Amino acid sequence: MIAALQALLTRNVHALNWALRRLAAAPLASLISLLAIGIALALPAGGQMLLGNTLRIAESFGVRPQISLFLAADTDRRTAEATGARLKNHLRVREVRFVPRGETLKRFQAREGLAEVIAVLSNNPFPDAFVITPRDDGPAALEQLRDEFSRWPKVEHVQLDSDWVRRLDDLLRLARAGVALLAVLLGLGLVATTYTTIRLEMLARRAEIELSRLLGATDVYIGRPYLYLGALQGLLSGLAAWLIVLAGTLAVRGPLGELPGLGSLQLLSAQDSLILMGFATAMGWLGAALSLFRQLRNTS
Amino acid sequence: MIRFEQVSRRYPPDIAALLDLSFEIGAGELVLVSGRSGAGKTTLLKLIAAIERPDSGKVLVCGQDIGELKSALIPFLRRNLGLVFQDQKLLFDRNVFENAMLPLSIIGCPAKEAARRVRAALDKVGLKKRERALPAELSGGEQQRLAIARAVVHRPGILLADEPTTRLDPASATEIVTIFRDFQQAGVTVLIASHEQAPFAARSPRRLLLERGTLLAEPDSGLSRP
Repeated sequence: MIAALQALLTRNVHALNWALRRLAAAPLASLISLLAIGIALALPAGGQMLLGNTLRIAESFGVRPQISLFLAADTDRRTAEATGARLKNHLRVREVRFVPRGETLKRFQAREGLAEVIAVLSNNPFPDAFVITPRDDGPAALEQLRDEFSRWPKVEHVQLDSDWVRRLDDLLRLARAGVALLAVLLGLGLVATTYTTIRLEMLARRAEIELSRLLGATDVYIGRPYLYLGALQGLLSGLAAWLIVLAGTLAVRGPLGELPGLGSLQLLSAQDSLILMGFATAMGWLGAALSLFRQLRNTS
Repeated sequence: MIRFEQVSRRYPPDIAALLDLSFEIGAGELVLVSGRSGAGKTTLLKLIAAIERPDSGKVLVCGQDIGELKSALIPFLRRNLGLVFQDQKLLFDRNVFENAMLPLSIIGCPAKEAARRVRAALDKVGLKKRERALPAELSGGEQQRLAIARAVVHRPGILLADEPTTRLDPASATEIVTIFRDFQQAGVTVLIASHEQAPFAARSPRRLLLERGTLLAEPDSGLSRP
């Protein structure tokens, strides 16, 4: 058992060594190839990074959707406090701000043109209200909360600005779909490039492959170095894409930082970076596996 | 170790390479399969190595029926064979050491142990000092010895050699035959296919004489008669 594991480990080390040596054997050609794929992968990676920054900037401008909850005009102070406590304890509510009716009246009185109108009213027409920031600001979650709050006692009206939330959500969804589509298309490009690279590599080493078969090599043994080569090519392309995005971000970070309200541009998150590397590695491996399957079937 | 039971093999359109061939080779024997070109010597070796399958009859190698052997198991059978090819099949972009290392890489032999075994095999065939040389820098005899070193480096139970002395001068051919005899004495079953008789005359191995796919004579065994 230990001997078999040791043999497996040895074969994998040989395969990885071979793949590294293949890349190092033609450094310029390898570099150009990796850069070409890296630039292509940098487009969706950069798109993802921009999307993340757009969201962050939108949040910093205070455009996080909120729900306004208006109590009935005849609601007493105790009921208002109970509603406030219930909102604070609600699991899907991030923040609650109480706006007493007196404060609303004062605000309106301070507005030019409205003071005279309000002065003729015999009593305060404004209700107590709560401004709620939900944890989940997706349109569906907002509408669910609105429906729930509407059923609470003494709640007169619940208002949410779902139109712009919906629009923002649609735009983000579209942008995300665009980034995903770009990633898939360019990922397929990586698969095709690796497929061709491995095919040419196998054709060049046809004699060695045939000899190895005669000496007792299995298809797994023959294919392993090429799978490593494809995966390595993908991983290094992903790394190149990451470096390109990093360089691009650092280059525009300074000038953008000087624009008021934008703040500094965030780099790709650790999670997005790992997804980029993993995706590129998987696509490289897939291209190599497809090529291997075809080549080995043709030569067997 | 190797047993042929009424084995026939034909090539299209209807050329009989082997016809109803029966014989048995025991462990540790040295056997010379001789005959003219086209007699079926190479086909016989290919059947043992499962490079080809018999059309009829049974080829048993270490108890395994080649005709029934699943494709996925063929590599594992071949790992117990040492093959010296007629065209040697050396890798000309690898040096002597790397060429001899290939079978050990295939079986996953640890690097240190593999290096030790490669050097021992090269030493045995007299190529230890040339381990860094490329095959193109070797003479014909040295290339053949490298092919033999590669065939025995993983210590196979059976060594198959196809025309190993062809294109060699008499002295080199005798050296090669001596090497085969040494392996046989170490317990390896050695099967040599050759149209030449002279290099083997002094060693008088058991001989299977083929002509047009049939066994004409086997003076030493009595196992099979035409």
